[in-house]
Amino acid sequence: MSEADWPLFEVFIRSRSGLEHKHVGSLHAADARMAIEHARDVYTRRQEGVSLWVVRSADIVASDPGEAEALFEPARDKVYRHPTFYAIPEEVKNL
Amino acid sequence: MSATPAMRKAADTAHEEARFRYVLRLADTSLVLGQRLGEWIGRAPALEEDLALANLSLDLIGQARLLLTYAGELEGRGRDEDALAFLRDAPEFVNLTLAEQPNDDFGHTIVRQWLIDAWQLEIYTRLEHSTDTRLAAIAAKALRETRYHYRFSSGWLVRLGDGTPESHRRIQSALDDLWRFTPELFAPDEVDERMSDAGIAPPLTELASPWSARIDEALRAATLTRPASQPYPWHGKRGVHTEHLGHLLAEMQHLQRTYPGARW
Repeated sequence: MSEADWPLFEVFIRSRSGLEHKHVGSLHAADARMAIEHARDVYTRRQEGVSLWVVRSADIVASDPGEAEALFEPARDKVYRHPTFYAIPEEVKNL
Repeated sequence: MSATPAMRKAADTAHEEARFRYVLRLADTSLVLGQRLGEWIGRAPALEEDLALANLSLDLIGQARLLLTYAGELEGRGRDEDALAFLRDAPEFVNLTLAEQPNDDFGHTIVRQWLIDAWQLEIYTRLEHSTDTRLAAIAAKALRETRYHYRFSSGWLVRLGDGTPESHRRIQSALDDLWRFTPELFAPDEVDERMSDAGIAPPLTELASPWSARIDEALRAATLTRPASQPYPWHGKRGVHTEHLGHLLAEMQHLQRTYPGARW
């Protein structure tokens, strides 16, 4: 059995309730159950999270780097889209 | 005729001696199994499994530390966890014989782990309600870890059993090799009986049927065949071991034996 035979999974961790899952890395596993166990053993040894997602890397659809200019450049001069013109109350966390 | 103070004192002493031995057996089983798993570090089939086995190992050694510390206090001769772990010889170790069996291949490691995980699940579930509150607290902590250990080991058992012809053949062969050590898991002696009479521990015989049901369920899912019963009860928990324990201890204790009291 070699690791190369195992598909790659991407790992997402929710660090605590109320926050979103964040991508933390990837690992190899033979199946979904093993991927959760590996994610637990590799990425949550130091209490990093309260919830895990794993997804087959092959199932992720990515944007084409060659299209980056067309996709992202047009947003550059639209500064009015940033919410920087509002005062944020101190009580609002995690915005 | 009522008991004289001397008779009561003798009974109390025997009770405390039994409690010490009972806790020491739990401790040694976790310690020896943890040490065995540690032998995989750097050699596991994949990086992720290397970490998984190391995590299990550290859980078990953590349990052993709590139990050894408690055993040392019960004994009252000033031995701490380190003295008990590193300065006893094989005949003084009282772990289950199954725990000391060699790693062999990954299949043997998984079968050994799974059989003991299922046993620890039953025993810790009941010890959580022990009248000995210290033991109950240790069991409650260990139980959370053991539930994960069982998930891990039973997952692998099914994956290998219901996997390729090669993985099926090898894990069935590991099961056939190790099954002979399982009668000891449920064979009570005077220590177990004293503890169950005092409400400190469950009667060992009470664990056999739920353990067996759990084992059969996983074997079905793994398409594996339960080996025939083998009546000989091994006596690791009485200090009579297979030849493998001595080699394990030589490696585990080498540093403290060579440099007594070494710290870093």
